[in-house]
Amino acid sequence: MYSFWIIFKQAFKTKAMTKSFMITTLVVVASFFLLANLPSIIDSFDGDDSSQQTLQVVDETGQYTQALQAQLDQQDSAIQLEASTLSEEQLRSDVEAGEMDAYLVLGGADGITARYVAESATESAQAAELENALQSLQTAQVAEQLELEETELAQLFAPVEMERQALAESSKSQEELSQARGLVYILIMVIYIAVIYYPNMIAMEVANEKSSRVMEILISSVSPVKHMFAKIVGIGSLGILQMMIFALAGYLAIQSSGSDLTEGVFSVMGFSEVKFSTFFYAILFFLLGYFLYAVLAALLGSLVSRTEDVQQLMLPMMILIIIASFIAFSGISMPEAGYVTIASYIPFFAPLVMFLRVGLLDIPLWEPLLSIAIMLLTIGILGWFGARVYRGGVLMYGSSQSLKDIRRAIKLGNEK
Amino acid sequence: MMTLSIKNATKQFGDFTAVDDISLDVAEGQMHGFLGANGAGKTTTFRMALGLLTPTQGEVLWQGRRISYADSPDIGYLPEERGLYPKMKVQDQLVYLARLRRMDKKQAEQGAKDWLERFEVPHYANKKVEELSKGNQQKIQLIASLLHNPKLLILDEPFSGLDPVNVEMLKKAILDFQKQGATIVFSSHRMDHVEELCDDMSILDKGKLVVHGSIREVKRTFGKQNVRIHSDADITALSELPGVEKFTEQRGGGVFRIADEAVGQTLLARALELGPVRQFALEEPSLEEIFIEKVGRVHV
Repeated sequence: MYSFWIIFKQAFKTKAMTKSFMITTLVVVASFFLLANLPSIIDSFDGDDSSQQTLQVVDETGQYTQALQAQLDQQDSAIQLEASTLSEEQLRSDVEAGEMDAYLVLGGADGITARYVAESATESAQAAELENALQSLQTAQVAEQLELEETELAQLFAPVEMERQALAESSKSQEELSQARGLVYILIMVIYIAVIYYPNMIAMEVANEKSSRVMEILISSVSPVKHMFAKIVGIGSLGILQMMIFALAGYLAIQSSGSDLTEGVFSVMGFSEVKFSTFFYAILFFLLGYFLYAVLAALLGSLVSRTEDVQQLMLPMMILIIIASFIAFSGISMPEAGYVTIASYIPFFAPLVMFLRVGLLDIPLWEPLLSIAIMLLTIGILGWFGARVYRGGVLMYGSSQSLKDIRRAIKLGNEK
Repeated sequence: MMTLSIKNATKQFGDFTAVDDISLDVAEGQMHGFLGANGAGKTTTFRMALGLLTPTQGEVLWQGRRISYADSPDIGYLPEERGLYPKMKVQDQLVYLARLRRMDKKQAEQGAKDWLERFEVPHYANKKVEELSKGNQQKIQLIASLLHNPKLLILDEPFSGLDPVNVEMLKKAILDFQKQGATIVFSSHRMDHVEELCDDMSILDKGKLVVHGSIREVKRTFGKQNVRIHSDADITALSELPGVEKFTEQRGGGVFRIADEAVGQTLLARALELGPVRQFALEEPSLEEIFIEKVGRVHV
């Protein structure tokens, strides 16, 4: 056990100290803060522009400008109207010369007519805002002309009540589902990246030790199996640490941005009604997925003699992960599809797909438990198998670039 | 007591027999040299001794049982393919590898410092291995194999690729280490190193043990001697005498290989007849001659 901890610590420390690890962590943390504060950052730039939001208006009737301004203010718009002293001819040439962005012409006796004149269509956001405000203004005016009561008006504009009801027992209510969807999407993404990133690290590490030939010293000191698992646990712990840093950074970033997780963008992600179990399952499936793929990666890494060959041998494993992600991401919109259910019991897909199902559906507890048991069993079998390949593989040098070498390695391992 | 004993060990890889029925014992505290051409089976024998490979037949025992990872602290190994972490600092590396063999951290740190000083490279302690020259890397590699004070030290080609000054330094270190009681097994294709350092030796050829025993015994049982005669006269004709197996001409004379000691006296008498003899010597054959004789003959 002593040497297990030595290797564990070494694997953890040397990886944590690498520049690439630190830079990756820092960049991700920084981007969290940047993203969380993006709205206020954009606002601060907009602040400078607000003076230019003044729009020249040629009001042919002379009565709309004020009403429109009131309506705009009510809409929280930044547009400030200014009755123009210039003629329309003059304004048009100003816009053409680029001295002015746009101007508005208002007219019409009964019913408002408006003309928004701009150099290009890029000012359409402003135009849309104006159109909105004018529409409201028009509605109010017409209502006044028709002498409609306030309540009648309300009736006229009452939205239709439509509720979607799901009949399947396992499905969550539409509201719950849309809330969960965002969060599950993000967490699947995280698990997906993690089961690619960390097992790759292991394969590289093992291949590095083999190509630098330090492996023979290592396995003459410590059993290859112990060496392999100490490495997997070491880099796994590093992964957990990194994830925790990201989670903490994400939390702090959102706190610092001043939003309370239930408004705006975040409401879409479903943070308002976060279920603890979703996070629990995310961690669980991350760990299971990691161990599953890490053992596979260590096995593959032990077969190559040069680090350059790692990627080639890792390809089949990467394809497995990518297929799993396809199933998971397509399953987000239809988590009850048959192929999703089946895939959630296939060990190499389960970390992503079963997580999707427990995240989005109310499935009975035995389903994730069965899937977890299948994964644990697979990890056990792979570990046993991987240890045998590893034992032979680490002594095997030569141009090993294909999976056929697994047989050679097992043979050598058995002869051991 | 026999510490390391190889009993009828055979190792086959598929159809290829790397080691063919080898038996030999290495006594405690001895230095045993393995000679053999490339591919003779030295590394495979060592790997079997270390437990990295299991013999197809026979066994390798250390103190009466098979070596397992429980013996890790007692065993040191310098592989033929040198390997260290290129990006790790020398001191950290030595401590890490010693700790893998369950050495105490403090002792490992102190030991690494002492050894680096002994090899006159203390300033490399905080350098990365990849920044060191080949020769210096080899010193580090040797330190890594014996830092944890193993009882059995297996060195695969410890002197290859070193300059003469460093070879002497490493030889001295290995001899001193033996004096502290360690049993040392090493391989080389340099006969002079084996001759100089070892008590016992073996010659491997194509997986077979062709010669084995103490150096003196090996030379005696070889049953041949060299007669060196330097004379003013031309003695080349003497090589035609019966009993002379081989003649190597040298400046001012030559060396005759003979199987029977009496032939030496005849040679001397005949040489004196030809002219004044400046030098006459009966010499033991060198290991090199034995090696070429044994291994060469098998090839023919």
